[in-house]
Amino acid sequence: MNIRTQISMVFHLDKCIGCHTCSIACKNLWTDRKGAEYMWWNNVETKPGTGYPTKWEEQSEYKGGWEIKGDILKPKMRGRWNRLLNIFSSPPMPTIDDYYEPWTYRYEDLFNAPEGDDQPTARPISLITGEPINIEAGPNWDDDLSGSTIYARNDPNLESLTDLEREQLNELERLVFFYIPRMCNHCLNPACVATCPSGAIYKRGEDGIVLIDQKKCRGWRMCVSGCPYKKSYYNWNTGKSEKCILCFPRLETGQVPACMHSCVGRIRYLGVMLYDADKIEDSAKVSDDKLVDTQLDTILDPFDEKVITAAKAQGIYDEVIIAAQNSPTYKFVKQWKVALPLHPEFRTLPMLFYVPPLSPIIAKMESGKFDVVNADSTAQTDHLQLFHSLADSRVPIKYLASLFSAGDTSKIDHIYKKLIAVRLYMRSITVGDVTQDDLKKAFETGNTNAEEAVMIYRLTSLPSIDERFVIPPMYREEAIESFGDVYDHKSGIGFGFMQKAERRL
Amino acid sequence: MTNSFLFIAFPYLSVTIAVIFTVYRFTTDRYSYSSYSSQFLENKELFWGSVPWHYGIIIILLLHIFALIIPGAYRWLLAGSRIELFESIGLGLAFLSFVGLIILAVRRLSDSKVTAVSYATDWLLLFLFLFQVGSGIYIALTYRWGSLWYLNTIVPWIWSLFSFTPDSSYVVVLPMIVKLHILNAFFLIAIIPFTRLVHIISAPIPYLWRPYQIARWYK
Ligand code: SF4
Repeated sequence: MNIRTQISMVFHLDKCIGCHTCSIACKNLWTDRKGAEYMWWNNVETKPGTGYPTKWEEQSEYKGGWEIKGDILKPKMRGRWNRLLNIFSSPPMPTIDDYYEPWTYRYEDLFNAPEGDDQPTARPISLITGEPINIEAGPNWDDDLSGSTIYARNDPNLESLTDLEREQLNELERLVFFYIPRMCNHCLNPACVATCPSGAIYKRGEDGIVLIDQKKCRGWRMCVSGCPYKKSYYNWNTGKSEKCILCFPRLETGQVPACMHSCVGRIRYLGVMLYDADKIEDSAKVSDDKLVDTQLDTILDPFDEKVITAAKAQGIYDEVIIAAQNSPTYKFVKQWKVALPLHPEFRTLPMLFYVPPLSPIIAKMESGKFDVVNADSTAQTDHLQLFHSLADSRVPIKYLASLFSAGDTSKIDHIYKKLIAVRLYMRSITVGDVTQDDLKKAFETGNTNAEEAVMIYRLTSLPSIDERFVIPPMYREEAIESFGDVYDHKSGIGFGFMQKAERRL
Repeated sequence: MTNSFLFIAFPYLSVTIAVIFTVYRFTTDRYSYSSYSSQFLENKELFWGSVPWHYGIIIILLLHIFALIIPGAYRWLLAGSRIELFESIGLGLAFLSFVGLIILAVRRLSDSKVTAVSYATDWLLLFLFLFQVGSGIYIALTYRWGSLWYLNTIVPWIWSLFSFTPDSSYVVVLPMIVKLHILNAFFLIAIIPFTRLVHIISAPIPYLWRPYQIARWYK
């Protein structure tokens, strides 16, 4: 056992209202700079939709993530020789047009325009060339555009559906969408690290945060293609790549990352997990249907005496182990098993997990009465119809499976049944119209019980900020001690980066 | 006097400048040690320019150096009718890199986004390389079997420089265009540390054997 610690996240998609507050918090803090205007380390996508950059999930084009060749796990961008031989121009790299060209407006025209018959306007100009441009794409350009023929219908995840199912998804009554906020997953088996020829990208041993060393990055851009989530970005001004840093300066001072702190829907959870680093490669090597299970296997039980002893022996501090025990992410992911990684088939073992959304079911209003289409005739009462019709959920379960479980619908099915049992149980308490029989059945199919249901309910609906974010102590002072003088550091500011971050010659 | 400056002092000077400032930039500003890539702004033309350019020029450069370091093996390679094959391959590679360069130059001029991020040194390098490859092709076509007389003129001259017994008489008799080719080459060496050419040194060869995953610990 080679125990390491990893900061992990859970996003509860039922709670996301798609307000983009998270993206703005991140933008204001980190990417409001020349060359980074187009970057959204955190972005919120409408699904079904093509996302940002457009069709990022299409790995046949972008070659992100890993694949198994025989018995070998290789970056989809191929092996080492191939990378170096293609270093002069790497074809699978997305360009600015796959994101959008950043722009501003010529505001001064509003003041300086000579008097005339027409209103002066502020023309959009490109932030790269300074020339006027026609805006054809922008941040969250496809926001809420469910059913759109350009965006929603080109979602790569729809490939898992039959033609009929796809058609149905486009019927006006069935139009549906949900939001999926995305950021760097700080993966256990990061493909960006593996594809960086300079070795500039690394995982911090103590907390698993994936960072790009700006002084070592030589701008070969392989990580941009290599990351299957397209969460490594090329700064066109500095000529270096950048990515989400999980607000490590905030975490080190005990603060919550900006996107999570500002989240209006309070959908975000952060906590530390213990995992077995020796298992990483093997768990990324199994067939698609086993990927989620093997990933969960690498995560260790922080209450297990054996794990605790081994962790201590490896120098993991007691406070960190306690933080792992209190981690909300451990509960969602491993204990209750209601959260799944996004696209596990990319094989990077992402450490950001999603609770899939309980989408509305298909229903219609007829003569003033709300009717669930295809309702289970044995379900007597309305609430059972509402809660039980899993097959009738408006987002086809296959679609969610394509997002969160490499196509395995049973995983989504289990989560749904459990979450529905939680809702029924809470309804039995607050409304009191659920029979004991129905409740028993719900608990059985949902593989849960009253105690767990209450815990899930509490952490979903009522958590305090300290319950949502359990930040382990990061022992920054020891880090400083190991690379320099603490007193020197105290009198300095910032990241110890003295030169201007820009291209020089 | 001019000759001894151009073919003795200047080569020494340019190599000295290159070494000192390359080391200086490496130690004081390693952040900048790369070639600024504009592939993110324009992808398609770059492929047709950059790939032929790099493959052409790297092989030709290696052949120049190969003749310099192991002249014996090089002479064997050229023996008999093999020289015709050798020269045609060389010429083919030269054309390849020349075409690549022209595509790169056109791209830099015509794509407004790429123009916007171009530095003066980018234009300078394009110009110098166009001249260098162009003059090389011209020499190959007009002064036959350059690969052979290179061995008897420039190679011993450079060796004389290496061994600190400089003797410019090997090269002063060469035609003007060859002299310009030589001087431009040493000028290019001198400006390595002041341009994006430093990326030659940061070629990521260790990638071939390092493990895929990297973790950094502060303990
Ligand atoms: S701030 Fe929270 S609720 Fe709003 S879009 Fe972001 S994740 Fe969703």
